[in-house]
Amino acid sequence: MNTASLTMSEIRAGLISRQFSAVELTREALRFAEAENPKTNAYISLSPERALTAAEGVDRKLAAGEDPGVLAGVPIAVKDVILTKGVKTTCASKLLENYIPPYDATAVQRLEAAGGVIIGKANCDEFAMGGSNENSAFGPVRNPVALDRVPGGSSGGSAAVVAQGTAVGSLGSDTGGSIRQPASFCGVVGVTPTYGRVSRYGLVAFASSLDHIGPFGKNVDDAARLLQAIAGRDEMDATSAFAPVEDYLAALADTNVRGMKLGLPTEYFNGLESESGSLISKAIDVLKSKGCDVQEISLPHTEYALASYYIICTAEASSNLARYDGVRYTTRADADTLSGMYRNTRGDGFGAECKRRIMLGTYVLTHGYYDAYYLKAQRVRNLIAQDFAKAFAEVDAIVAPVSPFPAFKLGEKIDDPLAMYLADIYTITGDLAGVPCMSVPCGTTAEGLPVGLQILCNHFEEAKMFRLAKAYESSR
Amino acid sequence: MTFTETDVRKIADLANLRLSAEEIKKMANDLGSVVSYMEKLNTLDTTGVEPMAQVLYDADETATLREDVERPTLQNAEALRNSAVSGQGYFKVPLVIER
Repeated sequence: MNTASLTMSEIRAGLISRQFSAVELTREALRFAEAENPKTNAYISLSPERALTAAEGVDRKLAAGEDPGVLAGVPIAVKDVILTKGVKTTCASKLLENYIPPYDATAVQRLEAAGGVIIGKANCDEFAMGGSNENSAFGPVRNPVALDRVPGGSSGGSAAVVAQGTAVGSLGSDTGGSIRQPASFCGVVGVTPTYGRVSRYGLVAFASSLDHIGPFGKNVDDAARLLQAIAGRDEMDATSAFAPVEDYLAALADTNVRGMKLGLPTEYFNGLESESGSLISKAIDVLKSKGCDVQEISLPHTEYALASYYIICTAEASSNLARYDGVRYTTRADADTLSGMYRNTRGDGFGAECKRRIMLGTYVLTHGYYDAYYLKAQRVRNLIAQDFAKAFAEVDAIVAPVSPFPAFKLGEKIDDPLAMYLADIYTITGDLAGVPCMSVPCGTTAEGLPVGLQILCNHFEEAKMFRLAKAYESSR
Repeated sequence: MTFTETDVRKIADLANLRLSAEEIKKMANDLGSVVSYMEKLNTLDTTGVEPMAQVLYDADETATLREDVERPTLQNAEALRNSAVSGQGYFKVPLVIER
C-alpha cells in the first residue's frame, strides 16, 4: 500500500472492498510521514493516538455496514494554527510551543465526523504570517519538488505534505494567499472558499475579516471532497454564512464548460515572470478549446490592493495578538511588574515577522493616523470588492496567475519584507472581496518548478469553480 | 515616510513589545519602507466610498441569534490548564498596584 499515490476515492473504494482497513492505512501513513518528514520539515508534530482512534471508528462503521463518511480513512494534516483538542497546537510560535487546546475547531470536528483521520499538524509561518514558511519557530519547510526552494506560505507545510505524499489531504488557512500560493509553489490543488463558507471557530485569529480555512488535495476531486465535509453554517462563528452548501461532488460529475464566460484581468498580467506567463497562456488555450469564451476584463483598483491589505491585516493582527501576554497562554517571561511581564513575554516569544506586523498594525491604528490609514484602506477594500461585483456581472469566472514567479530559494527574500509582501499581489484581492478562489497546477518551468492557475468565482459559487478547474485538469 | 528610533520605541510601548536595540534599528527601516508603500493609497480619491469592515451577505437581522438555553462551557480547571502560572482557580500575575 502506497499512501503517497492514493486519492480519496481510491481510499474509499479500498476500504469498502476490504483491501485494507483504516487502521492499516493510518499506520502506514504515520510510518511514511515519520520517515519522510526530515526531508521537508512539513510537520511540526504527528498525532498517532488521535489518528488511530479515528481510524478504529471508521473500521467499526465499516464492519457494522454503516456509511463511513465522505473522507473515510483519509490521512489528513491540519495546519498548526487550527485547534485540535488534546493535540499540541503551536501556531509555529515559540509562544505557544506547549499549548494544548481544550477544544476542537469546527472544521476539525467535521473532518473527523466525515471519517477523516488527522495524522499530524502541519508547519506554517508563525501565526500564519508570511509567504515562504521561513517564519516558523520550528524551522523552515522545504519544497518537496525542489528542496533548496521555499514551499510558499503561510500554509507551506499543508501544501508540502500533499506534494510529498505524507498526507493525502490537508487543511490550511488563507488570509492573503496563504493557501493558493503554496499550492501553486508545490504543484497541488489549494482552495480558498467564500468568506464565511467554512467556520473560523478554532482557527487562531490573525486578521478576522480576512481569515479563511480551506483544503489542499492532489487533485480537484480531493479538494472538493474535503471542502464538502467542512463547509456550512456554524453558530460558533457569527460570520459563518447561512447559504446552503452545494453538492460539489455531484457538480464534478459534469465538466462541460462550453459557453462559460471567463475574464482575464489585464492588471494581473503586468510584472508576471515570463515562463509562468506562458504556462498561464497555455492553460487559457486549453480552456478555450473546451469551449469557454475568454475576454479581457479590468479590475481597476488592483494596484491599490496590496497597500489596503497590509493596513487591514496588520491592524487586525495587532489586536488579535494582544492576547499573548504571558497570562493565559503557556509561556511567560518573568518581570517584577505586570507591564514588564507583558513586554518581556512578547519580546521573547514573537518572531521578527509577527513583531513587524504588530508594530505596523499598532501604528496604523494610532490616534491621528486611524482615518488616514485604516479607514482609507477599508474604503479602498470596498472599491476592490465592487471591481469584482462588476466583473462577475459580465463573466462566470476570472482566470489569472497565482504568483508573479514560481518558488524562490530559501533565504532569497527573508531580509526584505516589502519584496516578500509583493509576492501576494495576485492573491490578496480574492481575500479582500471574500470570493472563492483556488490554485490548480498548470505545468512546470524548465527548472521543474510548478506553476498554478488561479480561478476566482463569485460568492458561494464553489461548485462552478470546481467544475471549471476539473475541466481544465482533465484535459491538460 | 521615515521612522526614527524614538518613533519605534513609542509604537513598541503602545504594543507592549520589548525590542532590542538592534531590532529597533531594523524596525525603523522596515516600517519606513512598508508605510511609504502604503501611502500609495493617498493618490486614490475615495470620497463618498463607505469603509468595508467585513464581507457581509444578506440575512435576517436576528439570524445569528439563538435560543437562550443553558449549555456547558469550558470548566475552570480546563481554562486554567494552559496558563503560565495559576492558583486557587485564578490566573496569577505579577504585582499590579504598589501600596
